[in-house]
Amino acid sequence: MDTAVQHPTDTPPGDPLAGLTPAARRALDASHSVWLGPLKLDCGIELARHRVAYRTYGTLNADRSNAALICHALTMDQFVADTNPVTGKEGWWLSLVGPGRPLDISKYFVICANVLGGCMGSTGPLDINPATGGRYNLSFPMVTIRDMVNAQAQLLDHLGIESLFCVVGGSMGGMQVLQWAASYPDRVFAALPIATAARHSAQNIAFHEVGRQAIMADPGWHGGDYGAHGTVPARGLAVARMTAHITYLSESALQRKFGRNLQDRAAVGYSFDADFQVESYLHYQGKSFVERFDANAYLYITRAMDYFDLAAEYGGTLATAFRGSKTRFCVMSFTSDWLFPTHENREVVKALNAVAANVSFVEVETDKGHDAFLLDEPEMFRTLDGFLRGAANARGLK
Amino acid sequence: MSPAERGKIRLDLQLIADMIEPGTRVLDVGCGDGALLDYLQREKRIDGRGMELSQAGVNAAVANGLSVIQGDADTDLAHYPDNSFDYVVLSQTLQATREPRRVLEQMLRVGEHAVVSFPNFAHWQVRARLVFGGRMPETDALPHKWYDTPNIHLCSIDDFRALCAEMGVTIEKALTLSRHGRPLPNLPLPLANLLGGQGLFLLRRR
Repeated sequence: MDTAVQHPTDTPPGDPLAGLTPAARRALDASHSVWLGPLKLDCGIELARHRVAYRTYGTLNADRSNAALICHALTMDQFVADTNPVTGKEGWWLSLVGPGRPLDISKYFVICANVLGGCMGSTGPLDINPATGGRYNLSFPMVTIRDMVNAQAQLLDHLGIESLFCVVGGSMGGMQVLQWAASYPDRVFAALPIATAARHSAQNIAFHEVGRQAIMADPGWHGGDYGAHGTVPARGLAVARMTAHITYLSESALQRKFGRNLQDRAAVGYSFDADFQVESYLHYQGKSFVERFDANAYLYITRAMDYFDLAAEYGGTLATAFRGSKTRFCVMSFTSDWLFPTHENREVVKALNAVAANVSFVEVETDKGHDAFLLDEPEMFRTLDGFLRGAANARGLK
Repeated sequence: MSPAERGKIRLDLQLIADMIEPGTRVLDVGCGDGALLDYLQREKRIDGRGMELSQAGVNAAVANGLSVIQGDADTDLAHYPDNSFDYVVLSQTLQATREPRRVLEQMLRVGEHAVVSFPNFAHWQVRARLVFGGRMPETDALPHKWYDTPNIHLCSIDDFRALCAEMGVTIEKALTLSRHGRPLPNLPLPLANLLGGQGLFLLRRR
């Protein structure tokens, strides 16, 4: 795997990395990065330049037809299939990407970019605002899923890739996949939106708002200006993560994993300590998240998901977003996912059927909840593998 | 399915495949693991889609590279636009739908042709078991007990013809099959209804 850093050729004046946290710098150093733009955002503001941090695996073939773009979820990053320089953990989708996997890197050129608004090297609220010389923080413009996808499209232009073999992603990554298929139908041969929806539901917006309010209620947040105050809204961000983490699991998975088991004790302690294993687990999830993720980036990216409503971009009818599409779709959902339940995924399938698009749809039986798409689900990989093989044959990829 | 198994398909599916013109758009409703679609794509270069109720069937079909969705003939045909297919196939499933007539109407809205096969409830064995045995018929084609059968709208070949007439649907081709799916020689209608184990029809919207 190639880990060389591609230094930007036209770095903006000043030190554009000055605002970045050590974690973001490490992520950037371990990625390729490029300055692109201008990028007109949905909110009306234009970014003169934006930086995209990305990783690639495998080799682009001679006719540039084997590129696979992976779109990451809310708290993921570009380190799909190699060690994350911030956490030291291995890639987050090794089960999908790698030798002998459905996206075999001896066959495909796999790309994953940190989303616009993120905190792992792509332009986001941590960056220096050229107008003020200080960090953007909350003066960073609001970004949308479409903005993220447009930023990725500029990256593909830069890489000289006109048409993608496939775009794959789960959860917020799936939203980007749908947006890709709608915005750039001619650039997407196959689309695999997994455990996702064409719009964020009221319940999901509600959970996000709880998370954001937890961050904003932390005295260390300082209106988003915590960098200048030398603080981190760690408690608030941890609570946001704890709440969100519950939504990624299922009732039965939590019960199976933890039940009412006690943590390092024989009896309840009659206190507010973490008596139960499930509490201890959530505390750990919250704490480790704070070490790798930026609170303002969390605010911005959750907001981008909330704003996502693909039908609204196309006059209120989702099918219109896909009219005339030649893309081959594979939609996948999980039985115990209550964050992006099967019926939300099925809405996408119905819309695709309504325009006679080429679509496969599979619901995978599992009790692992929304997170199932990141876990070892043999049924899911068997299906993805079959779909990708069929698509590769149709594209003439060897 | 293994490459060796891919060469041939079940005889009744072969007869359906013979009714379909090469290079056409085909929707197979209740496609199971996609054996017919797979055959049609390889042998007749059709543009094929499938719909299947069982998760196992859908997963197997998609894993074989076919475009199949999990769906129900009764409810999900409604999501397809008019004339999106040349053929809509419904093999051995009509009798298990809640509204067979509605399903047929939808098939002929979505597709120009419909290919439909179903077990014949007027087969002599079925008649004999009910008339002389006094029990609900159980045969090779209808192996279920009365209390666990998925077949809630059984009909005879004559019943089906009557429905087609009522709906104003053109019968382009009608085959009478044995209960093992082998084609029977051309029989006069009353005999077909007595000796046929299955009916297989190619319909066209009038």
